[in-house]
Amino acid sequence: MPAVAETIETVSAVTEGGYKWGFETDIETELAPKGLSDETIRLISAHKEEPEWLLAWRLKAFAAWQNMTEPHWARVHHPPIDYQDIHYYAAPKKKAPKSLAEVDPELLRTYEKLGIPLSERAALAGVEGGQVAVDAVFDSVSVATTFRETLAKAGVIFCPISEAVREHPELVRRYLGSVVPAGDNFFAALNSAVFTDGSFVFIPKGVRCPMELSTYFRINARSTGQFERTLIIAEDGAYVSYLEGCTAPMRDENQLHAAVVELVALDEAEIKYSTVQNWYPGDAEGRGGIYNFVTKRGACRGRRSKISWTQVETGSAITWKYPSCILQGEGSHGAFYSVAVTNNHQQADTGTKMIHIGANTSSTIVSKGISAGRSNNTYRGLVRIMPKAANARNFTQCDSLLIGDKCGAHTVPYIESRNPTARVEHEATTSKIADDQLFYCRSRGLSEEDSVNLIVNGFCREVFKELPMEFAVEAQKLLAVSLEGSVG
Amino acid sequence: MVLLEIEGLRAEVEGKEILRGIDLRLPMGEVHAIMGPNGSGKSTLAYVLAGREGYTVTGGSARLAGEDLLAMEPEARAAAGVFLAFQYPVELPGVGNANFLRTALNAVRRARGEKEIDAVNFLKEARAALRRLSMADEMLKRNVNVGFSGGEKKRNEVFQMALLEPRLAILDETDSGLDIDALKIVAEGVNALRGPDFSALVITHYQRLLDHIVPDKVHVLSEGRIVRSGGPELAKALEASGYAGLAAEAA
Ligand SMILES: Nc1ncnc2c1ncn2[C@@H]1O[C@H](COP(=O)(O)OP(=O)(O)OP(=O)(O)O)[C@@H](O)[C@H]1O
Ligand SMILES: [Mg+2]
Repeated sequence: MPAVAETIETVSAVTEGGYKWGFETDIETELAPKGLSDETIRLISAHKEEPEWLLAWRLKAFAAWQNMTEPHWARVHHPPIDYQDIHYYAAPKKKAPKSLAEVDPELLRTYEKLGIPLSERAALAGVEGGQVAVDAVFDSVSVATTFRETLAKAGVIFCPISEAVREHPELVRRYLGSVVPAGDNFFAALNSAVFTDGSFVFIPKGVRCPMELSTYFRINARSTGQFERTLIIAEDGAYVSYLEGCTAPMRDENQLHAAVVELVALDEAEIKYSTVQNWYPGDAEGRGGIYNFVTKRGACRGRRSKISWTQVETGSAITWKYPSCILQGEGSHGAFYSVAVTNNHQQADTGTKMIHIGANTSSTIVSKGISAGRSNNTYRGLVRIMPKAANARNFTQCDSLLIGDKCGAHTVPYIESRNPTARVEHEATTSKIADDQLFYCRSRGLSEEDSVNLIVNGFCREVFKELPMEFAVEAQKLLAVSLEGSVG
Repeated sequence: MVLLEIEGLRAEVEGKEILRGIDLRLPMGEVHAIMGPNGSGKSTLAYVLAGREGYTVTGGSARLAGEDLLAMEPEARAAAGVFLAFQYPVELPGVGNANFLRTALNAVRRARGEKEIDAVNFLKEARAALRRLSMADEMLKRNVNVGFSGGEKKRNEVFQMALLEPRLAILDETDSGLDIDALKIVAEGVNALRGPDFSALVITHYQRLLDHIVPDKVHVLSEGRIVRSGGPELAKALEASGYAGLAAEAA
């Protein structure tokens, strides 16, 4: 209830501002030379003091990537990307801090501006009804991770992946690339070759992670790509809820973001992964913005394990991502809840893949696409039932909402069933915000913009209720900001 | 003082003239009934007064306490105290009734330069209003009009009216679809608002509503014009003889 009031406040707060996360932090940055070669990869690996096996893994991925071509099957269009014109490594100049006290105050101020409670005290004060541990990644490196001690007491490991490589090499080696192999696809291969940082989470057997974990990604430096890698492992009976958020300064060039996220859930484990994606979308004319080409995949390896992806995609010039679940364990469950908003010249081609391998596996897909301006929004989803997946179930619901008549919504479902006992249901709707709905709201005193926000938030309700409380509020605000100026 | 003054009002929908010169004066504190055959333009008049897009005014004027009503956006009219209870209330999937109402109430309060109401006080007021209308608290949790029965939708309109405290309420067939008990409750809801600062246009087909909400005047609309005005007895006469004679008389 207060969320909508907040939405409205936000709208009025930003009417002059547009993208309010678009500032740049003035900080000394160490950059790798532009371009991609064995040399760049060795340099990144050396910077991170990585073991030999990881360097070898990266080089192999690079070799694979060189033989691959950029995929073009998605309904998105962009000028060719010059992969040699990107910095693959950018880091704030100071050495990695040992504790929060050592973090560059300029960085802390950046995160403060973004509304992220980095210092633990602020986190305690700022988040009601629960604590959130935060890992903040600035350009290529993780700058601070909070609540590590509290988490360590519970046996939970939550740290930058570069640190996990040093401190927990056996875990990283066992799971890295086990869900998204290095040569999986063009962008995953690129990420495997050059990934710089990201978060590592390990929840041991039987442990319920005592707080929400979250990572905030920030691209700051010019002409850099961001290639983070996240790996989350939940052992038998473990539970974790994880959230990632991201922003970038406004620039008139396009920047590449190609992340990989791998999730592993063992017997009866549950991982909830939520994303609030707010990379800079470009200006109203379509200049600038982030290319968000991401591979996210979760493996439900154990029986009755659960993985759910919840995403609110409001940013980026182009979004190309399909968080997927491999449902291998008997009775395992995969879920995908998505709100994707496009406005102005944004393009989104997003959806999911549910691969049913084990018996009695089930999956739920709820996708809400909102298009405004001259944008294009595509849902692309695959449900594949393998021969051994007896009694597999899938329910898919895809709703599209159009605001104005210059935008497009497309639904591309692929269903492949190789087991006669499986049941797959698909429902799809496309609607416009009806004039009578708008008039009804306005006749009660709401402005046109507030009316649209209310109706759109209602449309997204089923997805927002999957988000942790405080992030649901944030998601509603983002929605309001993204759709600003789309009516009238 | 006259709250609503309509003079020579003409309006068209999709190029078709529906209102063909309406004159009506509604003084402060009075309740007028508007009756008339199906398709005579009653809802059209209600929409034009509330500012619905697509209902194009082609002539005449409508003033609310002297101000040009037709120049205002719909939300400004709400802030100025106009409330339309819809003949067909609209469903808003995913939007909670409480949320919707509080957002609306605060928008109106802000526009009127009043203080916003917080969640706790809002719930208190909303629950009290629900009790007066014999409605369940559960109504607040449901999505606006989604899955409501016909009668529930109408009562929900009256509930919204009670909270928004308009000075001009336009009730478009709020009585149709109500059972006898609900009809009384709705009438009581309207009567509770009656007073020197409240006026209403009550659009209805039936005398039975006017037994409970006794109007100061009754107007009969036919083919986009008011063809007859009179006291409460006019409605009773119509109930007995129908509109047939009236139309002939007007022609
Ligand atoms: N959107 C529209 N498009 C075309 N014609 C319309 C539209 N809205 C109203 N009309 C026409 O205008 C005329 C008046 O309609 P209106 O709804 O005002 O009648 P009414 O008096 O409220 O009728 P009822 O008693 O049935 O509610 C009718 O002939 C109707 O068909
Ligand atoms: Mg009508």
